[in-house]
Amino acid sequence: MRVVVDLSRCEGYAQCAFLAPDAFRMHGEEALMYDPEPDDAQRERVLRAAAACPVQAILVDRLEGRTAEQDVPVTAASS
Amino acid sequence: MTSADNLRAFRRDGRIVIVGASLAGLRAAESLRDEGFTGSLTMIGDELGEPYDRPPLSKQVLTGWVPAGGTTLPRRRDIDAEWLLGVPASGLDLATDHVRLADGCEVPFDRVLIATGVRARPWFVPSEAELDGVFVVRTREHAEGLQRALAAGPSRVLVIGAGFTGSEIASICRERNIPVTVAELAPYPLVGALGAMIGEVAAEMQRAHGVDLRCGVKVTRLEGDAQGRLRRAHFDDGSTVDADVAVVALGGIRNTEWLQGSGLAAGVWGVACDTGCRAMDLNGLITDDVFVAGDVARCPNPVYEYRLISLEHWANAVEQAEIAAHNMVNGQAERWPHLSIPRFWSIQFGVNIKSVGVPTFADEVVVTQGSVTDHRFVAAYGYQGRVTAAVTFNNAKWLDHYRRLIETAAPFPPPCPTPDQPLDTKPVPVDFPGPTLLAQGATVVVTGHDPGERRVTAAHQHHR
Amino acid sequence: MTTTEMPDTLHRILDYSSRPDPYPLYAELRRTPVARQEDGSYVISTYRELADILHNPHLSSDVRNLTHPMPSAEGAPTPAFINMDPPQHDRLRRMAMRHFGPPNTPGLVTGLEPDLTATVGGLIDDFAGKEQIDIVDDLAYPFPVSVICHLLGVPREDEPRFRVWVNDLINSIDYDARTDPKEKLEDGVRARKDLREYLGGLVEQRHGRPGEDLLSLLANDDGPDGRMTDEEIISTANLLLIAGHETTVNLITNGMLTLLRHPRILERLRREPDLVVPLVEELLRYEPPVHIIPWRAAYSDITVGDTVIPKGSQIMLMLASGSRDPDRFHDPDRFDPDRTDNQHLGFGSGIHLCFGGPLARREAQIALGELVRRLDAPALLADPPPYRRSPVLRGPIHLRVERNGG
Repeated sequence: MRVVVDLSRCEGYAQCAFLAPDAFRMHGEEALMYDPEPDDAQRERVLRAAAACPVQAILVDRLEGRTAEQDVPVTAASS
Repeated sequence: MTSADNLRAFRRDGRIVIVGASLAGLRAAESLRDEGFTGSLTMIGDELGEPYDRPPLSKQVLTGWVPAGGTTLPRRRDIDAEWLLGVPASGLDLATDHVRLADGCEVPFDRVLIATGVRARPWFVPSEAELDGVFVVRTREHAEGLQRALAAGPSRVLVIGAGFTGSEIASICRERNIPVTVAELAPYPLVGALGAMIGEVAAEMQRAHGVDLRCGVKVTRLEGDAQGRLRRAHFDDGSTVDADVAVVALGGIRNTEWLQGSGLAAGVWGVACDTGCRAMDLNGLITDDVFVAGDVARCPNPVYEYRLISLEHWANAVEQAEIAAHNMVNGQAERWPHLSIPRFWSIQFGVNIKSVGVPTFADEVVVTQGSVTDHRFVAAYGYQGRVTAAVTFNNAKWLDHYRRLIETAAPFPPPCPTPDQPLDTKPVPVDFPGPTLLAQGATVVVTGHDPGERRVTAAHQHHR
Repeated sequence: MTTTEMPDTLHRILDYSSRPDPYPLYAELRRTPVARQEDGSYVISTYRELADILHNPHLSSDVRNLTHPMPSAEGAPTPAFINMDPPQHDRLRRMAMRHFGPPNTPGLVTGLEPDLTATVGGLIDDFAGKEQIDIVDDLAYPFPVSVICHLLGVPREDEPRFRVWVNDLINSIDYDARTDPKEKLEDGVRARKDLREYLGGLVEQRHGRPGEDLLSLLANDDGPDGRMTDEEIISTANLLLIAGHETTVNLITNGMLTLLRHPRILERLRREPDLVVPLVEELLRYEPPVHIIPWRAAYSDITVGDTVIPKGSQIMLMLASGSRDPDRFHDPDRFDPDRTDNQHLGFGSGIHLCFGGPLARREAQIALGELVRRLDAPALLADPPPYRRSPVLRGPIHLRVERNGG
């Protein structure tokens, strides 16, 4: 699955790092580092983390695995 | 046909081309579909693969935690676009409304969004830049190469340039216990963005973490061995440093060359546009069908006396993309201005550095909360007696308050004390060239909460 | 914005008869976002003004910054970090967080999940043979209490003793000298003293004998901020014990009540167990366990909206009203677990954001998920149910449910 955090909104509440510690880690007291493509096994936890964010800064892919293949060519363009 | 009919027809089956398939381009495409645009949408990008996020490339990718190929951006929705990837755009013809690609293809449009962003500034001597072990960090390929070089356990890494990216990379080297030298022409790290006072704090932080920080020096030459591997760097003070990895972190170059001859006001500072993200031509006329968003946009901000500001900020790319997309498919009366106050963050040496506003638009700076020595504080920046920016070190929860001070042109220095009173509350000069050459324009305040209702009104200036 | 046009809306909210449905009164209150009261205090009830002031560094949580001290603060000992300002607040919260969450102990809450599920499962097993259950007494109270006792290292068998203290203490929070009997205040003061002595005894035992519980870890810590004094440990434990008692119970009970009032959503939750995650967020907005932050102090003059609140003023924050503000939330009086952009004020915001929020979320998610999964056709026996006294920590005192009544 894919995740992006708007770190300009993030205020370092660490709720995500509580609820999905393998995907979201605090770097020091306040800075967040995260795995933008966490394993699908963590899906439930990542969704809990995203829901709990007090500033709603965590965006999880809405396309549920049916993304890229249809939507993006893997080879160079020429049309 | 009325213009409303035209707009309806365009929204139904117009042709929009987005040049630049990174964060701003993707978010604009998603917003266009959110807005109900059902016409054709073409995404042009010079890199292969899906749009990916770049901030992790100088952070969790370099620590080795996250693979360089693992930062693909999530999608907010389907965009049903045609993707033309791997070939850069090479020209824009506004007489016939075509984008030219480097492979000779021509892509017609009714409206176009320019979101070509920035590329890394390479080392100035091409033969030295070619040496094994010399890196820049902008793309996932760059980050992957540098990560591998760091994992190999280099004897020393040289970081050239102590801006945000350079400082973040130095921080990660120390986290990985790799000896690192940072070379910076200015007297302190981060000084160009945040001024001398914060720069001094950043310098102390780097040294406390074991960085060999050398300020006020210039790297004059990168020397390779017989196999073409980097082995030494020479400084303008005659000294040298032996290093097998060098990271050139000297900022970016805006991708505007392809717009030469297009008639747009495009140059080294980006493509000028209005607050609605509509591009400006060389004569200063606003175009109707050409929009700009992201790092390549140069947009006026009324809060900063209508100066054209280019920002390499993540949130700016997202917000401009949404404003541009909205305005591309809406009529005159429904257009939104891009009025948000810039926000930025950096993670280094275990500290969350965040800023709001434009710290370079200031003449003085003062610590308003917390303790500088503990690296937990807020500093406010002021220009002509009003608050124009703030920076926090591990104090991000207060930052939104300072955004409001900026939007309301609140007096500087902030007059009221807080419980977490710093030891020294005297403003000091910011120590970078302030905007002194500007005419003294009116101060404005920003009102409204949602994009559709945000406006500015002129306000009385505060005088000390 | 500053007027005294409705001096009695607040008192009607505080009055016990409003407990089942204070929301229409909140709507009345929101007509004046920042309302000066007759006694010189200020009530803030709209979302944006609340969100603003919760991030305002001039807002103090320290009772000593009030011009007119609060009656219930008389004889108050060392405050807990919830009633402190930076930098002391930050230091103590950081020291407590070292043993509860990231960055030092990131896996604690996820590590507790199997225990949480087992505890809830055991309590629901005990429903067997009962036609009627009380969601409060049979689950929503005993569940979080055993969790907080386990975490802190407080013997579960002492619960009947400290339950009384906690009750008296909570009752005294909203003491009003004009309307309340003096005993209400005295009981609170005595309960606070008894509870502190009890906790002090536990801390005493822990010195030099480090165990896995929070009291042991705090009493023997050698972290970067040093060690808390015993007084500080007692205040911290006191805070966590009370919060662990008085908030999650409301969240779970309000949750079950809300589900029983929205049978279609309850059915959906049965089919889609993952719905519980956004559903608990919506509960925190729609029926939050903490309705009011009864007082904060203006450390210096504070501008909110168009109003300047003078230094030393008491400020009351109506969080539950803010989360129902139609200027922020579309159709705010509708319970909608699919709501996006749900930036509710259920746990507050800013530096005092609920310390135990992640644990409370998981407790509520697990409890509601299991209740819905295992109760076939639950039906409310009384609607509205009887409520606890407090307008601050608001929730039913009992929630009687027929197990197969639906």
